[in-house]
Amino acid sequence: MRRLIWLSVFAAIAIAYPLLLSSPFQQRLGALVLLYAIAASAWNIVGGYAGQVSVGHVVFFGCGAYAAMGSYAKFGLSPLFGIPGGIVLAVGLAAIIGVPTLRLSGHYFSMATIAVAETMRLIVTNTDWLGAAVGLSGPTVPRNIFDLSFLSSLPYYYLFLAILAITLLITWWMTNSRMGFYLRAIKDSERAARSLGAPASRTKLYAFMLSAALTSVAGALYAMMFGFVDPESGFGILISVKILIMAALGGAGLLFGPLVGAAILVPLEEISNSWLGGKGAGLTFVLYGAIIVVIARFQPGGLLSLFKRRGKPTKDTGASHAP
Amino acid sequence: MSFVLVQVIVGGLLLGAVYALFSSGLTLVWGMMNIVNFAHGDFVMLGMYVAYVVYTLMGGGPLLGAPLATLVLATVGVVVYFALIRDIMKGPMLAQILGTFGLALLLRYSVFWWFGANFLSMPQDIVGGTYAFAGLRIEASRLLAGVVALLVTLGLHLLLTRTSLGSKMLAVAEDQTGAQLMGIRPDTMQAVAWAIAAGATGLAGALIANFFYIVPTVGETLGIVAFVTVSLGGFGSVPGALVAGLMIGVIESLSGYLIGAIYKDIVVYVLFLLFLWFRPQGLMGKT
Repeated sequence: MRRLIWLSVFAAIAIAYPLLLSSPFQQRLGALVLLYAIAASAWNIVGGYAGQVSVGHVVFFGCGAYAAMGSYAKFGLSPLFGIPGGIVLAVGLAAIIGVPTLRLSGHYFSMATIAVAETMRLIVTNTDWLGAAVGLSGPTVPRNIFDLSFLSSLPYYYLFLAILAITLLITWWMTNSRMGFYLRAIKDSERAARSLGAPASRTKLYAFMLSAALTSVAGALYAMMFGFVDPESGFGILISVKILIMAALGGAGLLFGPLVGAAILVPLEEISNSWLGGKGAGLTFVLYGAIIVVIARFQPGGLLSLFKRRGKPTKDTGASHAP
Repeated sequence: MSFVLVQVIVGGLLLGAVYALFSSGLTLVWGMMNIVNFAHGDFVMLGMYVAYVVYTLMGGGPLLGAPLATLVLATVGVVVYFALIRDIMKGPMLAQILGTFGLALLLRYSVFWWFGANFLSMPQDIVGGTYAFAGLRIEASRLLAGVVALLVTLGLHLLLTRTSLGSKMLAVAEDQTGAQLMGIRPDTMQAVAWAIAAGATGLAGALIANFFYIVPTVGETLGIVAFVTVSLGGFGSVPGALVAGLMIGVIESLSGYLIGAIYKDIVVYVLFLLFLWFRPQGLMGKT
């Protein structure tokens, strides 16, 4: 009951935020927090719940972004029509990465994700059909509402809020389904879970595919809001880093962890960019690196795990011990 | 076979020897402690910058730069081991991967912040000249890098298999408690392993700095090369890393020459994925 009250309070705040703080900067900031929260929550499904650390998650983000922009730039359709294509592409890539590596120890999975992301970035950069290094642009002037191209950030804010709610609902539903029980058992001890008949590799693969599909949607939304995508913003490692650090800072494997991480880090980055200007670009990522190292060393469960009931060892919120 | 092709293969072998050198550091740590250092490529990058700074500040060539880079990176390795690795090793997988991945970012963007994103390079004549040998033309800087890397990698193998230090490290890798009962300190041995692994990257970085482009993000590419080499050679195996490193050097050079320079990385990454699909234990590795 108390959880329900808290939840409605937070939902009310989220709905009222852009009306109370209504400057364009604040609305844009709010929309960006929600956008990154969607991507980080999607990462959380495989990185947090399944305990498989993807360090190249941007590859799915890029699939969605390129599919959305491609559907406009190549076929003159609304970017919305690209979303299913992006999802199919992302899920297919997830299978290519996941099928061989999810049988092995988690290190192989992480290495494969980074290699695939880098491969895609190189391929896209050298493909003229996809705009090579320049990338693809969306509609400059919206033809109708389905182009989802708005000047104000307000429509994006509510769109992202709705998608985030759906993402969290799917995650919540997953944790309470059979799949969620399997994942928890596998994270505790994969060997024990296997011996009791839990299909470990397959469950992890499903989680990975679900995560890839949702990340691809986040990428499509990103491209629609910014109106373009290029190889760096679509497949660059720095987007992977942002997704990963938001989930890890807030709390990997906790439902609201990624949202908390995004709500802290997105404003931090915007502020440091506006204060430091171009000089800050490198410094922001020095800080990100330092934050990641400190989390890994001292609080692998993330910030939210500090508020969990005492008596539970914080170790359990991280991934399984490598066999 | 045309001379050009032979030339390309020889160039690939020389570069591959350097790949083998820094990859044997990764394979040593992986095999001994079951931890993958995601900052390994960035260690190589640091080595390149140490060599660059030695040249610009002190005017020293590779004779000064290479030993100094080895020493600096070995120190970095020991510090990283005691400050970070020792603790995250006992933690969950998430912490292990995040820890070294965060370290990679920290190193990469500290260098980026300090030196900027520009491509730097060493002067052409720092290791002067080109050797002509039976119709082949080999740059002295590449020859030096390849030969030194090959010798050091072989030396590393001998160190691990023929000395008491190597046996002690192997003992710790096999069974920590057992090693402790025999009076071997696991902590010391693992710190030594990190010093050797990071020192190898420092030397490799200083060697390729003479002819490679020097840029903060080079660590990502080299890191993936090290992953590919180690998974090809089988983890924990220095001879495996040597053979795999030479192979990857040749494959990269050949695909750069035959298909186009921009595709040489793609070919290596795709090869990596194929190996994960069909032979994850590597060419000669144990499962």
